[in-house]
Amino acid sequence: MRALVIDDSRTMRRIIARIFANLGYETMEAGNGREALDLLEAGEVFDVATIDWNMPDMDGLAFVTAVRARHDWRGLTLMMVTTEAEHGQIVRALAAGAHEYMIKPFTPDAIGDKLALLGLIPLEVTA
Amino acid sequence: MTLAADTFTFVAQLVHQRSAIRLEPGKEYLVESRLMPLARQAGLGGVDEYVRALRQVPRTFEYEQVVEALTTNETSWFRDATPFEILTQHIVPELGRDRPDLRSLRVWSAACSTGQEPYSIAMALHDDIPDLAVQITATDLSEGVLKRGRAGLYSQLEVNRGLPAAKLVEHFTRVGIEWEVSQRLRRAVTFSRHNLLHTPPAGGPFDIIFLRNVLIYFDLATKRDVLRRVQSVVRPGGFLLLGGAETTVGIDSGWERIAVGRSSIYRHNARRAS
Repeated sequence: MRALVIDDSRTMRRIIARIFANLGYETMEAGNGREALDLLEAGEVFDVATIDWNMPDMDGLAFVTAVRARHDWRGLTLMMVTTEAEHGQIVRALAAGAHEYMIKPFTPDAIGDKLALLGLIPLEVTA
Repeated sequence: MTLAADTFTFVAQLVHQRSAIRLEPGKEYLVESRLMPLARQAGLGGVDEYVRALRQVPRTFEYEQVVEALTTNETSWFRDATPFEILTQHIVPELGRDRPDLRSLRVWSAACSTGQEPYSIAMALHDDIPDLAVQITATDLSEGVLKRGRAGLYSQLEVNRGLPAAKLVEHFTRVGIEWEVSQRLRRAVTFSRHNLLHTPPAGGPFDIIFLRNVLIYFDLATKRDVLRRVQSVVRPGGFLLLGGAETTVGIDSGWERIAVGRSSIYRHNARRAS
C-alpha cells in the first residue's frame, strides 16, 4: 500500500508518514498541492493521500478538486488532515470530493481508525 | 515506584466483587496509573497510601470510584465497523422477514462507556433505515461515563476516532471546542446505570443486544451467568452481537451462531415470532 502525505510542515509530514509506515505503508511526501499533482502527473500511484488545507502554491481544497476532475485518478482516496475545524469547512471538503476528514490534533490510532473505515487496512476479524 | 503486593490484591478483589472483572497479576501498572488521579485528588502522594487510607475507613463512594477507574475503557465510534454494517444490512432485514409489520426496534447497548456505541447504532439505523423508530437503552457500571454520554459532548480527539466525516457533519454541531450530538440522536438513547451481574435493565424486551468486549474480562461461570440474564430480555429470534474475541459457543446453548462474512452473530434459539 502507498500513501502520499501532503503538508507544508515538514514535522507534520514526518509524523503522519511514520504512522503510515507503522501500518505497513510505503510513503512519499509533498509540501503543497502543486508538488503532489506533479507526482501524480509523473505516474506515481497511491492508495491514499492525506491533505493539509492551508498550503502555499496550491491549497488542499484546490488539490482535491483537481484530483476529482481526473477520471484516471478515481482510485485515489483523499483524506483531509487539517486544523480547519468548522462544520462548514468539512462540508465544503466533502462536497469537493474528499472521502474523509481529520481535524488536527489527532492521535496515531485515529489515522488507523479512518483507514479501517475506508477499507484501507484490514478490520479486526470477529470470531 | 512499585505497587505493594497487598495493595494490588486488595484492589483486584474489590474490582472482582463489584464488577466480576478479573485483574490478573501483571496489571499492577494499570492499577497504578488509573488510581493515581484519585490518590492526588485525596491529597496523598501515592496509590499505596491511598489504598491504605481506603482500607482503614471504607467508604462506598470511594470504592465505586476505584472500580470505575479500573473498568472504564477507551472507546471509538463505529468500533470495528463490521457490526454496524451487519446491523443494517443483515439483522434488521432478518427481523423484518419474521415481522413484516416491523416499525420499531429496541436495542440494548451494554457496557456503553461514554456513549460512542449507542450513538453509532442510532446513526447507522437513522441513516440506513430512516423509517424505523429506534429506542436504545445504553447501560454502564460507571455513573461517570453515563454522565458524559448523556451530555453528548465530545472533544476533537474523540470525534476523530472512527467517526466518518459525513456522519460528523450530519449528526453533530460544533459548540466551542467540542462537538454536540444532535437532539434527534439523543432522543433515541436512554442512559442508565446497570451492573451486568444484576437484573437486566428496563427498556426491554430487546430485538438486538450489543454486548461487545465485555465477556473477555469474566471467568466462565460469570460469562454463563451474564449470558443467561441477557437471554431473559431478548425477544424470541432476537440478536446478540459480541466482541471479536468472544463467543457463546461452549458457554450457553441458548444461541444459534450465524456466520456473516468473516464475523459471527448470535440469534436467540427460542421459537421465533411468526
